[in-house]
Amino acid sequence: MFLFLPAGNVMLGAFNGKHGGWTIANVRLLFNHPYIDSYKTSIEVSGVTALLGGAVGLAVAYAALHERTPRWVRSVLTTFSGVAANFGGIPLAFAFIATLGSIGIVTAFLRDQLGFNIYLHGFNLFSKTGVEIVYLYFQLPLMVLVIAPAIDGLRREWREAASNLGASPWQFWRYVGLPVLMPSILGAIILLFGNAFAAYATAYGLTSGAVNLVPIQIGAYYSGNVLDNPHIAQAMAFGMFVVLALMMLIYIPLQRRAARWAK
Amino acid sequence: MRLRRGPTLSAYIWLSLGALYFIVPLFATLLFSLNKNSTGKCCTIASYTWVIHNGDFWHTLKISLLLAVETIVVSLLLFVPTIYWVHLKLPRLRPVIAFLALIPFVVPPIIMVIGLLKVYKGSPDWFYAKPWGFLVASYVILAFPYTFFSLDAGFRSIDVHTLTEASQSLGASWGTTLFKVILPNIRAAALSAAFLTLAVVLGEFTIANLSAFHTFPLFLQYVNETQAYPAAALTLMSFGLTWGAMLSLLLVGRKRGGSGGVFGGAR
Repeated sequence: MFLFLPAGNVMLGAFNGKHGGWTIANVRLLFNHPYIDSYKTSIEVSGVTALLGGAVGLAVAYAALHERTPRWVRSVLTTFSGVAANFGGIPLAFAFIATLGSIGIVTAFLRDQLGFNIYLHGFNLFSKTGVEIVYLYFQLPLMVLVIAPAIDGLRREWREAASNLGASPWQFWRYVGLPVLMPSILGAIILLFGNAFAAYATAYGLTSGAVNLVPIQIGAYYSGNVLDNPHIAQAMAFGMFVVLALMMLIYIPLQRRAARWAK
Repeated sequence: MRLRRGPTLSAYIWLSLGALYFIVPLFATLLFSLNKNSTGKCCTIASYTWVIHNGDFWHTLKISLLLAVETIVVSLLLFVPTIYWVHLKLPRLRPVIAFLALIPFVVPPIIMVIGLLKVYKGSPDWFYAKPWGFLVASYVILAFPYTFFSLDAGFRSIDVHTLTEASQSLGASWGTTLFKVILPNIRAAALSAAFLTLAVVLGEFTIANLSAFHTFPLFLQYVNETQAYPAAALTLMSFGLTWGAMLSLLLVGRKRGGSGGVFGGAR
């Protein structure tokens, strides 16, 4: 447990950095231009990928776990999600550059075969949209992994009971299925949000820092690029910490509620 | 009860969409890596030979692998006895440690590295200026949640008290108990902790980049910026490493019965 001294110190360091000579001016600066913009971008990217990844992940997971889907689909999907959720960082960024970058395979295919140049129609991989597309690559499988146990917990008997009592499928989802799943779904989306919010390497590999995300800004300061006030990076780190801690505070009670039906 | 027919069709649509989304980038990277440098057309394996004959590739890969091994050894040496002790004597501490294990999720690497660089600034050169010191210390912290949750599950599945009492009533010392009795029983858990740590360390970019140590992911990033086609080959190789570690993990987990939700890693 001795290594927790540094870990504890990290937290203190964040606090110290925040005051930077015991002032809150740095933190106040965060709410001004241009710092607040990185937070907005970060939150937007995380929010979009969490919601989209959550929705599609839920659909894919439900499709795979459905009783009438063959069993092997399910084991392939869980194995694959376990691996894909761990893809990330530099290699993932480059895989997408090779696919949708300006000379990427899919870009070239669309241009040469279909005569449609996506780069002339406002698409750019090295932008906010691009980062979102790439993040979805690990957000989706993460959602599948996190939500699968909850979907499994939706017992077949409940649906049978509901339909014996004369409920339509819609009524089943409205009054039984969704209320039971809701805490798990919300919890998973929060997890996805935090996951995207904290990501650094993927965005860095993709854009070399062109997209204004909070982790990228912090990294830019530490790898020696200009930022006139050294304490601002620490203040930004502190801001990130606050956002993530808030997420955790929402996540834990949701998790507890979700555990109620898990037997 | 009515049989519902709808879901199967939409299920297949969703599943194929998901599959496409995941396979297309991998396949495109493969095609990309086979392109000729001069013409940008298919097919040559020049990119792969370039990688294999590149000294920096082997050098950084060796550094990363050594770092991974060192991190695994340090983590296991540190946490196996600790978690054993907690399960045996201090079960009330378990939730506290489980909470501590969540900290690296709330304090991501990008924040952690700032604190670590500050905390260790005053430490001697052999520690601070060498990857074997600073990076390993950081990675042990980074991998702690994975190590903890794997080992914790392992210890929960065996009867620590009975095993310890049996071993001690037969006259074994603490060391013998730990290495000859406990360790073989949690081997699968220790292995899965090791594979997870391996995957984390091999992909870790943030801390290495900000503390300017040249590990494998940094080499990858450097090639990405300079050499398009070899970068694709290298990307696939790096995915291969992750696949390898994760698949071994799943195999180990399956033998143990139940793999559990394993996620995270380097982003």
